[in-house]
Amino acid sequence: MSEHHDPEYHDAANVVNPEHGSHHIVTPVTYSIVFGSLLLGTAITVKAAYVDLGIFNPIVALAIACTKAVIVILFFMHVKYQSKLVKMTVGAGFFTFLVLITMTLTDYISRAWGLW
Amino acid sequence: MWLFLLTEIMFFGGLFFSYLLYRNWYHDAFVVASNQLSIPLGATNTAVLIGSGFFMALGVWAAEVRKRGLLVIFLILTTVLGLVFLGVKYDEYHEKWEKHHIPGAHFDVSEFVNPHAYGLKEEPLAPDMAQKTQVFFFLYFAMTGMHALHMIIGVGLLFWLTWRAHRGDFSSGYVAPIENFGLYWHFVDIVWLFLFPLLYLINRHPGT
Repeated sequence: MSEHHDPEYHDAANVVNPEHGSHHIVTPVTYSIVFGSLLLGTAITVKAAYVDLGIFNPIVALAIACTKAVIVILFFMHVKYQSKLVKMTVGAGFFTFLVLITMTLTDYISRAWGLW
Repeated sequence: MWLFLLTEIMFFGGLFFSYLLYRNWYHDAFVVASNQLSIPLGATNTAVLIGSGFFMALGVWAAEVRKRGLLVIFLILTTVLGLVFLGVKYDEYHEKWEKHHIPGAHFDVSEFVNPHAYGLKEEPLAPDMAQKTQVFFFLYFAMTGMHALHMIIGVGLLFWLTWRAHRGDFSSGYVAPIENFGLYWHFVDIVWLFLFPLLYLINRHPGT
């Protein structure tokens, strides 16, 4: 992280902001590549929706959506260049969400699933 | 900012979960109702929103390298694309209004009970199941409405940030407000990245 440190744009005012990503500046080139891959992902997911994949249609759609979300989080939201604390915070949020979903679903499908 | 976004994950997560559950319970109704949404409009809006996020990301870069003019331009482009998204969304809502597909006393199930009379290639639903399409549309409006509300708040903040950027507040090294707003805007993007396939796409082939 610090190897990308650019002293020209360093500012003491930002050091107090723990989310400032150690002054790493993501370049417009990177953003453009990310932009292109997100558009590509959108095109693929729309195409895939018209192909009959049986039960895999939702799975493929969600897999593509998750991939796009991870790309946005890592690059647009700079998590790739952040401190371990921020990475842990983001990871913990999604992890907690998955735990809640899993426990609630476990409860639902262990009751009268399909018998209403 | 990230902690606020975590509470937002839980908030939208609750909506996504109820969608998951009801889609399994009233699968046939959800399939037919979902197929009434326009994929071209949804896909256009996805591209528009990704573009908006792209300009926001460029805005963060412009603030970091202290280019005031570029920052203002990128913020304006972010706002414009955000407004385009909301315009398309308005058009989609208006169509639902005209077809009486808004849940409530005026909801009309005739398209779902007798789809062939409306030129739809869907299997007709039994009247009780057709009523459950209201659940789909309720969740559709709740989820996209909450998402749109976040965008409206975001656009309001963008006006304020653009004005401050024009004043030169963010071109001397103080980029935290731009960075934090960027995080918020990208988060709203991500919500749509999930809403689009779940609401528009996954039901074209119900797999039965």
